[in-house]
Amino acid sequence: MPQPLTYLKETASQTAGPYVHIGLIPAMAGFDIFEKNFSNVLVTPNTEGERITLEGKVLDGTGTPLRDVLLEIWQANANGRYNHPADRSAGALNEEFRGWGRAGSDFESGLVTFETIKPGAITDKAGRKCAPHVNVWIVARGINIGLNTRLYFSDEEAANAADPVLNLIEQPSRRSTLIAKRTERAGKIVYSFTINLQGPEETVFFDV
Amino acid sequence: MNAQAPALRDPRLNRPEPLTPPLGDGGFFQRDRSIHPPAHAPGYKSSVLRSPRQALLSLENSISEITGPVFGHNDLGPLDNDLIRNYAKDGDPIGERIVVHGRVVDETGRGVPNTLVEFWQANAGGRYRHKKDTYLAPIDPNFGGCGRALTDETGYYYFRTVKPGPYPWRNYVNSWRPAHIHFSVFGSGFAQRLITQMYFEGDPLIPVCPILTTIPDKDALDRLVAPLDLNASTPFDSLAYRFDIVLRGQRSTYFENRTAGN
Repeated sequence: MPQPLTYLKETASQTAGPYVHIGLIPAMAGFDIFEKNFSNVLVTPNTEGERITLEGKVLDGTGTPLRDVLLEIWQANANGRYNHPADRSAGALNEEFRGWGRAGSDFESGLVTFETIKPGAITDKAGRKCAPHVNVWIVARGINIGLNTRLYFSDEEAANAADPVLNLIEQPSRRSTLIAKRTERAGKIVYSFTINLQGPEETVFFDV
Repeated sequence: MNAQAPALRDPRLNRPEPLTPPLGDGGFFQRDRSIHPPAHAPGYKSSVLRSPRQALLSLENSISEITGPVFGHNDLGPLDNDLIRNYAKDGDPIGERIVVHGRVVDETGRGVPNTLVEFWQANAGGRYRHKKDTYLAPIDPNFGGCGRALTDETGYYYFRTVKPGPYPWRNYVNSWRPAHIHFSVFGSGFAQRLITQMYFEGDPLIPVCPILTTIPDKDALDRLVAPLDLNASTPFDSLAYRFDIVLRGQRSTYFENRTAGN
């Protein structure tokens, strides 16, 4: 008999519940407890890159915005480099940009916003350029395991058309569910997005 | 059974020259979806309208998934892992004092060092300090109900708190949540990101909870139940519960000079 191939099993996921704010964004739960809080603002005055606002909603199967959802984003800096030791690509690191933020949706409108910069393009293992994108992770009451998706940018048409991940999506019509639309509002660049959990416009989610 | 990780020593740890493996040699083990709750679990009613119905798109890990945010001690305050003190105004919180401790390891049993673990819970009466929680149990003026910790170089974490109470919720008319603490864990790459809940050994509400039973695999469910750990208790102060968390395994080899990358 051969040696046993023993690995531990990943811990099972559970819903973050309706009160996820208590642990992760206590100010939204209505109290202040930590000296330093994590937030939806990823930039400091010294962060390099084009300032953008990401603004969107997550809709349930009836088209109603989730008003208790929490989103986290993870992205490369303006040079296309992630602030993490495993990224040893050529783009310069920017110490003023961790590349990560979290936001809860507004309890009334369901609106989620992030203040960040537009990420640069990264290069994949095969040496292909990937279109600039923001990785998104979604948890809420009723979501049993966090959902992974990405946001791409509407003004990167050529890069999006060549992106190896977008091209993995069989139905071209579904690729558009990952594209945030660029607009200008009071001098600020705003990218708006909608994440549909169900329905004909269901967003593409990833098994990463 | 609670996963107990062997303390593995890698013979390469004493290697004098730092080595950097080529980019993209790693990636995480594929997620075994059969031990996780399905998105659509009708017994847990909130999942019905909030679960994707299309197949997930399988994506080979790229640098976007292998990397993730890095946290340090500068992100934390000195009382962040002490829920008995971090919101106390004029006394101790009401309830049974406990210590919760354990290790964050990956599927190979390797500790996940310097990773952020966040936790939140109801108070001893089963009420959350949240403006949306209207349950009749009183708010405890000395209890916030949240905290966070960084694991040490072996993946070990601990905090102290009071044992949360069970509470009713609107699923079935008589649905009650077993006592539980929510955990949020990062790991070293965004693909390891996990939110889960820890339950307490011996709680009779465990087998009838519609949220817990979304997990189809009995062993996976048992691994969310923390055993009483008398050896770690503080005499005449608090009992202890041990909760080990397993994140996805990583294909790359462990190198001491880039532990955050592993």
